[in-house]
Amino acid sequence: MANMLEVKHLGISFGGLRAVNEFELNIKKGALYGLIGPNGAGKTTVFNLLTGVYKPDSGSIMLDGDDITGKSTIEINKAGVARTFQNIRLFKQLSVLDNVKAGFHNSHKYSMFAGIFHTPSYRRVEAEMDEKAMEILKVFDLDKDASYLAANLPYGEQRKLEIARAMATEPKLLLLDEPAAGMNPNETQALMDMIQFVREHFGMTVLLIEHDMRLVSGICEELTVLNFGRVLAQGRTADVLNDPQVITAYLGE
Amino acid sequence: MTVMIEKMKKKTRTNNLINYAIVIAAFAVIQVMKSTGNLSSLLNGLLIPVCSYIILAVSLNLVVGISGELSLGHAGFMSVGAFASAFFSKSMLDAIPFVPLRFGLAIVIGAAAAGVIGVLIGIPVLRLRGDYLAIVTLAFGEIIKNVITIFYIGIDGNGIHVSMKDKMSLHLEEGGNVILNGPQGISGTPKNATFLVGVLLVLITLFIVQNLINSRDGRAIMSIRDNRIAAESIGLNVTKYKLMAFTVSAALAGVAGALYAHNLSSLVASKFDFNLSILALVFVVLGGIGSIRGSIIAAVVLTALPEMLRFLSDYRMLIYAIVLIVMMLLNWSPKALELRERYLGRFFKKTAKEGK
Repeated sequence: MANMLEVKHLGISFGGLRAVNEFELNIKKGALYGLIGPNGAGKTTVFNLLTGVYKPDSGSIMLDGDDITGKSTIEINKAGVARTFQNIRLFKQLSVLDNVKAGFHNSHKYSMFAGIFHTPSYRRVEAEMDEKAMEILKVFDLDKDASYLAANLPYGEQRKLEIARAMATEPKLLLLDEPAAGMNPNETQALMDMIQFVREHFGMTVLLIEHDMRLVSGICEELTVLNFGRVLAQGRTADVLNDPQVITAYLGE
Repeated sequence: MTVMIEKMKKKTRTNNLINYAIVIAAFAVIQVMKSTGNLSSLLNGLLIPVCSYIILAVSLNLVVGISGELSLGHAGFMSVGAFASAFFSKSMLDAIPFVPLRFGLAIVIGAAAAGVIGVLIGIPVLRLRGDYLAIVTLAFGEIIKNVITIFYIGIDGNGIHVSMKDKMSLHLEEGGNVILNGPQGISGTPKNATFLVGVLLVLITLFIVQNLINSRDGRAIMSIRDNRIAAESIGLNVTKYKLMAFTVSAALAGVAGALYAHNLSSLVASKFDFNLSILALVFVVLGGIGSIRGSIIAAVVLTALPEMLRFLSDYRMLIYAIVLIVMMLLNWSPKALELRERYLGRFFKKTAKEGK
């Protein structure tokens, strides 16, 4: 099967620090892929490179056959990459529904004029957005909270809403930055089921950063381990987790 | 589940309708007071300026409350609207004798001129954030004021003459007309503004701002306010939407200026100084940032109050300052909000958790 994401020789420096060096990654279509590594290994930096927040000094990023290297965040999102954040970034003063509808912004359009004068096209497009947003919220079991302000949701639900918003941009590749951070074991289990479901339901390719080894070994088929900005090990989850190098990186000698 | 969406929509709609209703009710009350002779000439003279301040406050709220950027140069946009429209009205005095058409065009021109200046200033300035943006908009406000002050513009049979020196250097022909007279501004603008026109313009402003907020573009503007990085990650063009909010706001401030100018026989640029920008910001902050209704009420109360307190003579500004502090406390202190919730909550059954 063809690859959804192909990353070659990716690297970036901040001053004298080589934060990511010679990073390689190939993710098959429909795969659930994990990116792990000790604190400060450069995992989130890789995400920021993939989504255009940072521009790489070297290397290339191909998404589904298109070159997205060095493009802006907006262009990369339009090309089909959506993400969530390690520290939750919701539109807190908007309702849960509006958070998801904001994700439809580029796929559902009408003019500013139509918006001000409530023309038929405004009504039609808004109704369409409402319907689709509710469908997505239902998948994440947030439909009953649609009218709440995002800021008023409990922590776990906020994480789910972030994924829902990312899904609204209709991506090909979903990047999850520590989706289970701060969750208890029950919540983590529910999240794992949900990620699996999203992947099957939407046919999504998922790349996730995670510290929770239970989650990683439970759902990821393949892993890349990053240490000091370099790839330490890569391959099938069970093999990688038993690699002595990886164990050393996590636990010390 | 569609029931829930309908409910949310109905709530926003009711909220918006209440604002229109407040304005129309106030208009009706004033009209009744007028016809029964209960309106003092002092208050009567305030009616049009209040309308123009409401428009200014609502337009500034679009930038400060909805877009989340601090602008301290709104008086500048107001003055652009005021001078552009007054210039048009005065030079077209004979060409278009039909008042509603001339005044209508003047308002449109005032809005367009302020909108264009808004875009020109917005493009470089909106790259800045927070305090820096505030300082630069403040500077631009002052620049606009001073630029208008140094221009002399006259019209005669040969067309438009412009000078930056004095009236004489315009070299107008016999029968020529000086329109913009440097620091003395524009005098002899036709006083076309009426209270009815003012109220109509307030309603139009409310219509534009409220509907914009509840549209796709408004959602994008508020998303960017709430989290810029997340907004970019879902493909929202940050610069475009910040500029949109800024420009619409500048154009509406221009409308406020046009209304203001057509209520005065002489218009001077020094009226639109830093103090006016701050006054507009005070309306927005005291009314509650992001609350359109608050802006309307604050603009009315804070414009009428100093005049109503005239009988206190020396103590007038003291009382005014105390009222500002009390309003601030009532609007923002958690305890006051709690009390308000408890007592008003009985009348309006509102669940605190639900969205706007």
